[in-house]
Amino acid sequence: MSNYRMHVMVCAGTGCEAAESKIIIENFKEELKLKGYDQEIQVVKTGCFGFCGQGPIVKIQPDNVFYVKVTPADVKEIIEEHIIKGRRVERLLFEDPKEKVKLEKHDNMDFYKKQYRIALRNCGFINPEDIEEYIAFEGYEALGKVLTEMQPEDVIEIVKASGLRGRGGGGFPAGVKWGFTKNSPGDEKYVICNADEGDPGAFMDRSILEGDPHSILEAMAIAGYATGANSGIVYIRAEYPLAIKRLEIAIDQAREMGLLGENIFESGFDFDIILKLGAGAFVCGEETALIHSMEGCRGEPTKKPPFPAESGYRGKPTTVNNVETLANVCPIILKGSEWFSSIGTETSKGTKVFALAGKVNNVGLVEVPMGTTLREIIFEIGGGICDGKKFKAVQTGGPSGGVITEKDLDTPIDYESIKEIGSMMGSGGMIVMDEDNDMVEIAKFYLDFTQDESCGKCTPCRIGTKRMYEILERLTNLEGDMEDLEKLVDLGNMIKDTALCGLGQTAPNPVLSTMRYFPEEYEAYAKREKTKSYRIDPEKCIGCTLCAKACPVNCITGKVKEAHVIDESACIACGACFTVCKFDAVIKP
Amino acid sequence: MKNTKGKFVDLDTKKLDIEKLKELDAYIESLEDKEGNLIHVLHKGQSLFGYLPENLQLYIARKIGLPASKVNGVVSFYSFFTQKPRGKHTISMCMGTACYVKGADKIFDAFKAELNVGNNEMTEDKMFTLKDIRCVGACGLAPVVLVDDKVYGHVTVEQVKEIIDKYRKED
Ligand SMILES: Cc1cc2nc3c(=O)[nH]c(=O)nc-3n(C[C@H](O)[C@H](O)[C@H](O)COP(=O)(O)O)c2cc1C
Ligand code: FES
Repeated sequence: MSNYRMHVMVCAGTGCEAAESKIIIENFKEELKLKGYDQEIQVVKTGCFGFCGQGPIVKIQPDNVFYVKVTPADVKEIIEEHIIKGRRVERLLFEDPKEKVKLEKHDNMDFYKKQYRIALRNCGFINPEDIEEYIAFEGYEALGKVLTEMQPEDVIEIVKASGLRGRGGGGFPAGVKWGFTKNSPGDEKYVICNADEGDPGAFMDRSILEGDPHSILEAMAIAGYATGANSGIVYIRAEYPLAIKRLEIAIDQAREMGLLGENIFESGFDFDIILKLGAGAFVCGEETALIHSMEGCRGEPTKKPPFPAESGYRGKPTTVNNVETLANVCPIILKGSEWFSSIGTETSKGTKVFALAGKVNNVGLVEVPMGTTLREIIFEIGGGICDGKKFKAVQTGGPSGGVITEKDLDTPIDYESIKEIGSMMGSGGMIVMDEDNDMVEIAKFYLDFTQDESCGKCTPCRIGTKRMYEILERLTNLEGDMEDLEKLVDLGNMIKDTALCGLGQTAPNPVLSTMRYFPEEYEAYAKREKTKSYRIDPEKCIGCTLCAKACPVNCITGKVKEAHVIDESACIACGACFTVCKFDAVIKP
Repeated sequence: MKNTKGKFVDLDTKKLDIEKLKELDAYIESLEDKEGNLIHVLHKGQSLFGYLPENLQLYIARKIGLPASKVNGVVSFYSFFTQKPRGKHTISMCMGTACYVKGADKIFDAFKAELNVGNNEMTEDKMFTLKDIRCVGACGLAPVVLVDDKVYGHVTVEQVKEIIDKYRKED
């Protein structure tokens, strides 16, 4: 990076790329060339900065100025004003929503202030398609240290002592898991990186893979050395084309430099990595199902034991680790276990990355020390609820988790405490809901997901979740009764007790937890006190026809200057009529 | 021959495009462990043919030396694989949680009404296939709609007609 006087860092993560960051990069390159600055100023395509709700993001270094919501048309102005004349482009700076002042450095923004980045350390700082940049940030030093100075036992000891626990949801101590695989007999062993990230609404793993793929490859090689494996496999969802591409490039570059392949660092240790693609099945995130899928079969889970550490891929001892778990490994090796275990709570060490989304102002990736409270995450880092609405609940743990309400917002979050308040850590999805969200509909949404994703192998999950879904459907169609609520609880508990794998065992959680915290909403449906559609107040409607024009399903009728009517059976409750009405004539359900 | 739903199934592998089959063959040949890479072969097949019709599944089964039932079992298990032909454009509505809480279901309903199709169906003029997908990882732009590879973020119900018209006009 050293020959250039300035760097233009443009986010090329999925969110920003969707918002035309590719064109922004091209425009920068062209325009700089045109003006004769292309030898002085380098355009760097980076991974996710994390502040996805403000994307596309462009950062100018070394000035450390952070531009948000940049469009391709803004490129010229940034070059002419900032790069050539040294003046800030005020209008593209982030405005603090509370203080209403423009901030130019990201370190001053609430969104970043409370964050502590270990797993995301390189995301947004380096070009993920250039191994040299990774190496410039201590890349492959941990692997070098391990291979030349340490015995496999020492590696396992450090990881154990650090207290690092699995970030894929289970929270099992990573070092202990590595120890199991190491002690399992067999000359052929495997390391698998679980990049199936099935929780819909979570994108931590994808951002790490897109923004810092080498950190995962390096950690896999370290895990291989520690456990006695020479092959690594990344199982990644086919829905992540950009992450797949970045991994392929990274693997090629690492092989070329001899950092993967035979005799790495002249140590006699061989390790290579391949990719295996998933094909859209949530249950494949479960490790036994994942292994079956990798073998080319239907991704159905099997009973544990045997655990993968004894008999995994092709029946050989296998370590399965989540992407974020692996992303913590290299810093632990370089900085030591004491450093890592000094962060976090008694039982949960280090940090956790959350994908903060839903009705919150600052949508994005947030990495905080374990023990941070949800209030800090949602209201300080997240900037509170959109449009000044009221907070209602936050769902963690995705379709396996539950809702957390106002009263528990001050609980310091770690694996144990979050279970106590009725949810779970999960992989890090965090969906914020406001007063407008209907909790019964939310529960139905999650159950629709799990019953659809149930692999069908065990009856409680296959049939049970379907029946639960039908009951919810009956309720929301206003055809249910109070007895249905009891049935939901009974069925839910039964499925939890009897399902074969984690998918079924946790599938009823969103329903049970919303029932616990919002019983009145369920009762309103059971007593059929709810209406589902919008209505028009004939007293207020003047017949302007705006609502009829806005309705996407054409269910509003009426003559000009006469009161309009909504066909309640066809209304999808989208609220388009409510938004356009200038006379307050539309009534919400 | 009839399948389990009583529908006639075309199992004539000779009807498949020869050029595309050649490419598929070459890919299969290049694999050491063919059986273990069945899912990769199916990805390749779908990217070449657009979908995985029954006769193509049979072809792949024979080529790898697996029972056709196993291949079909895998195809039907994974939602990424489709056994139905697709329209010229695929409209994918993100139904991930972040999009859902921001009203994705309402937008999906509007698409259904506007195109007069259900989920995973093709319009009569073969222009569009509508389907739901899980989180595409652009939650910051929720609700998100993909038309082929193009991402539309912060989509509102009002924009549904606009988006469809744009593609109708292009052709
Ligand atoms: C239904 C189900 C889905 C899962 N999905 C994922 C996933 O998407 N990603 C993941 O890393 N782990 C997932 N897991 C957890 C894995 O089974 C496994 O515990 C994990 O990959 C181990 O890695 P870790 O110890 O590093 O967390 C899932 C588990 C279940 C039961
Ligand atoms: S939930 Fe739609 S993009 Fe993530």
